[in-house]
Amino acid sequence: MPIRASTIQGISLEFKDYYQLMGIERSASQDEIKRAYRKLARKFHPDVSKEPNAEARFKELGEAYEVLKDVEKRAAYDQLGKNWKSGQDFHPPPDWNQGTEFHGGGSTGADSAQFSDFFESLFGGDYAGHSQSRNPQFRQRRGQRGEDTHAKVLIDLEDAYHGATRTISLHHTELGPDGRPKVIDRKLNVKIPKGVHQGQHIRLPGQGGAGVGQGKAGDLYLEVEFRPHTFYRVERRDVYLDLPVTPWEAALGASVSVPTPSGRIELKIPPGSVSGRKMRLKARGIPGSPPGDLYTVLQMVLPPANTDEAKALYREMEQKLAFNPRAALGVS
Amino acid sequence: MAVTSYVISGHVVEEDLELSLTELSQTCCVDAEWLLVLVEEGIIEPLETGNQPRFSGLCIQRVRTVQRLQQDLGVNLSGAALTLSLLEEINALRARLAALEPGSD
Repeated sequence: MPIRASTIQGISLEFKDYYQLMGIERSASQDEIKRAYRKLARKFHPDVSKEPNAEARFKELGEAYEVLKDVEKRAAYDQLGKNWKSGQDFHPPPDWNQGTEFHGGGSTGADSAQFSDFFESLFGGDYAGHSQSRNPQFRQRRGQRGEDTHAKVLIDLEDAYHGATRTISLHHTELGPDGRPKVIDRKLNVKIPKGVHQGQHIRLPGQGGAGVGQGKAGDLYLEVEFRPHTFYRVERRDVYLDLPVTPWEAALGASVSVPTPSGRIELKIPPGSVSGRKMRLKARGIPGSPPGDLYTVLQMVLPPANTDEAKALYREMEQKLAFNPRAALGVS
Repeated sequence: MAVTSYVISGHVVEEDLELSLTELSQTCCVDAEWLLVLVEEGIIEPLETGNQPRFSGLCIQRVRTVQRLQQDLGVNLSGAALTLSLLEEINALRARLAALEPGSD
């Protein structure tokens, strides 16, 4: 596959230092390159990694490896010399790899359509898509279906209780009429179904990438994420609430007002309750089949001893209750 | 900027969606034969077995993750299956931790 750099002359590009990206020396052996790739791929794989920029890093890494693992591409890349620094404006010399032939033997399965302009300027746009068709798991069809796209939607916990309509902003890159990629912004009003919870996906058919030829558009998958709440915490459909109580409410029992996402309720606290006691309010979590539960976790709060009267009350308790909380530890 | 004034509704993949083998293979852009290999390996499980197996929408994510792990990291099928179940366990633990620890994420 002979390649020409001349087609993209005049576009300003940033030089990418593939060695730096992979954290290896320019003198690294092919084995060292492979090892470095394997290690970093595991670290930054978006399915596995919790690094915030994992997806971007993984893509860069795939691109770097695509070049460096292939001795021919690597040699051509090395020919560009050590004079370029990462991030520098880059113009490939028109005849930079004249006479070099590439055999296109990629096997990382990296999505080469996502490679940078820098990569394309060196190895050509024809390259894109080849790795996919080589993979037997992928079916190739005439009139290919559009790509499925993914985005996150941030909602409030209350939206999951009642359902809601949210407007989300999306942007994607499309090839413009001039053949240059351009960013398209769009807004969608999306119905948030009641009962949805963190980590679930809402599928919007036909809202993904456009199809090729007769192919249908892909689907858009929205991953649901809850905006952090000031006092509720959520695990799947279960909702947790720390409920502050006084020592006398916990000791003597009481009926207290409790906020829940579905409205205020009266909760009976049994006498003799201790701090940390978890009380389950059945089916008051996120709705569904089965619905989640709401757990209130009692948090004993002591009134401050900041007046003479309060101090006197504490002293009176000390004298009259003869209570040793550390009896079980064998000390007083 | 393109703005739609109408409201789009969709399905919750993990709850409402039930797919046939063909639908699952179209959704994930993989061959049905390969999905049957995943069933054999216990990576995805039909809701009910029979001539017309149906799959929960949960399977979409699992199929795609296995596919990416195989392609990107070169793990074999049982390695991908193990990674998948460990990832699911870690995510469940993270969710539990977030629910138990006030102020943590």
